[in-house]
Amino acid sequence: MTYRIIVGALTGIVVSGALVTGTMAADYKIVDGTIPQSLTGKAGDPVQGKKTAVNRKKGNCLACHVMPIPEEQFHGEVGPDLGESGSNYSAAELRMRLVDPKVLNPDTIMPAFLVPGKTAVLKKFAGKTILSPQDVEDIVAYLTTLKGSYSK
Amino acid sequence: MKKTSLIKQIVMFAGFGVLVAACAPKEEALKSGYDWAIPETQAMQDDDFSNPAFMWVDIGNDEWSKTDGEAGKSCADCHGADGSSMKGKSNMYPVYNKDDKKLRSIQDEVNNCRTNRMKAKAWKWESDQMLGMAAFIRTQSRDMPINVAVDGDAAPFFEAGKEFYETRRGGLDMACTHCHVDFPGVKIRANVLTNGLGNGFPTYRLKWQKIGSLHRRFRGCNKNIRAQPFKQGSDEYTNLELYLNHRAKGVMNESPSVRN
Ligand code: HEC
Ligand code: HEC
Repeated sequence: MTYRIIVGALTGIVVSGALVTGTMAADYKIVDGTIPQSLTGKAGDPVQGKKTAVNRKKGNCLACHVMPIPEEQFHGEVGPDLGESGSNYSAAELRMRLVDPKVLNPDTIMPAFLVPGKTAVLKKFAGKTILSPQDVEDIVAYLTTLKGSYSK
Repeated sequence: MKKTSLIKQIVMFAGFGVLVAACAPKEEALKSGYDWAIPETQAMQDDDFSNPAFMWVDIGNDEWSKTDGEAGKSCADCHGADGSSMKGKSNMYPVYNKDDKKLRSIQDEVNNCRTNRMKAKAWKWESDQMLGMAAFIRTQSRDMPINVAVDGDAAPFFEAGKEFYETRRGGLDMACTHCHVDFPGVKIRANVLTNGLGNGFPTYRLKWQKIGSLHRRFRGCNKNIRAQPFKQGSDEYTNLELYLNHRAKGVMNESPSVRN
């Protein structure tokens, strides 16, 4: 399987986006295909992050990724194994991938967790993002702990 | 024309042909959902007696010769006693209809006969009678290839279906292509993604505990990505059905199938 990631094309570009999720709003700045600053000004909670990642109504990451969470059955294989995310990526890179992976790969299936859908969105989700900025920070904090030490 | 140049032309032409053949995308038939189903599900489908969808095929078979409506007619009065006149027909649907100036699905065709020829009430799309009749008609073309026309008058409707298929929508902002073109054969949580074809519909879905239409499945896939679903029988879904059946060209009709 090949993934077309066009990080190169983004080098040097700085983009700003506004986040809207319910009443919460946040600004983020993209620098070289990463988001260096915490979205909330606070550190994320890795324990909460793992829960949010598993929750089917929130991250639902297991739909597409294998993760070092043996207590959960049926991990999807649409995306790469996340077991070494913390070794492979910095928090700034992980944040970018959760906020809006389409910045790196416009064709990706992976949802943008902090950008609301634009077309034919079900009413109860209209204008809403899948996660809140704090949810994203928590998941980023959790992912940075994944260094491949877990084996099945 | 000199002889040499003619030979040269022939050689060039042949060479060009080989080149075109080599560059053209492979027109390989896609696979049926059956090919990715677990053996237990395949076994249920393989045996008509264990396939629960046949409860609905039987309903359709009964309705076929039932007189209904003010004209006092049954399907059998116009189309023959046993449904064999339908052989091969359903695999060409949806088709463009000149009177409607749009596509007609098999279900539309059934309701057109009911309301105009039989002077009977139209059936609801997801009713047992409609599902049964659609399954009964589709079963007459079982093991024959799906073969729809997408040119001429059908072209704009095909294009609309294609656009629907490729457009990102819903809160998760995904298109049909993201799951069914990019990742067939890959697990998404507990499911194995398929080419997402309609060749087995109406299908008995174990999750539904009953038979259901292709348009019901569209609604499910739309809602899963938090997108507004359309109504069963809507123009949008009928156009989408045409596009799907074009993708399924050459794949065998296997209605009524069994799926998870
Ligand atoms: C519908 C499928 C899908 C879902 C849901 C999904 N991802 Fe992904 N993810 C992918 C795919 C496919 C890629 C490969 C890169 C691409 O497509 O751009 C990817 C890439 C990634 C990467 C980069 C990994 C690498 O090794 O390159 C990370 C990190 C990641 N995802 C985290 C997550 C997290 C955390 C969640 C849940 C909050 C999540 N993903 C939900 C499909 C998904
Ligand atoms: C997030 C992933 C996803 C998206 C997007 C999606 N589907 Fe599906 N679809 C599935 C899954 C999972 C199944 C069940 C396994 C299978 O048959 O592929 C399925 C099944 C189907 C089936 C049944 C196939 C069979 O043989 O029984 C059809 C038809 C279908 N999808 C059409 C569509 C259409 C049309 C769209 C867009 C409007 C769409 N899907 C969008 C995930 C998706």
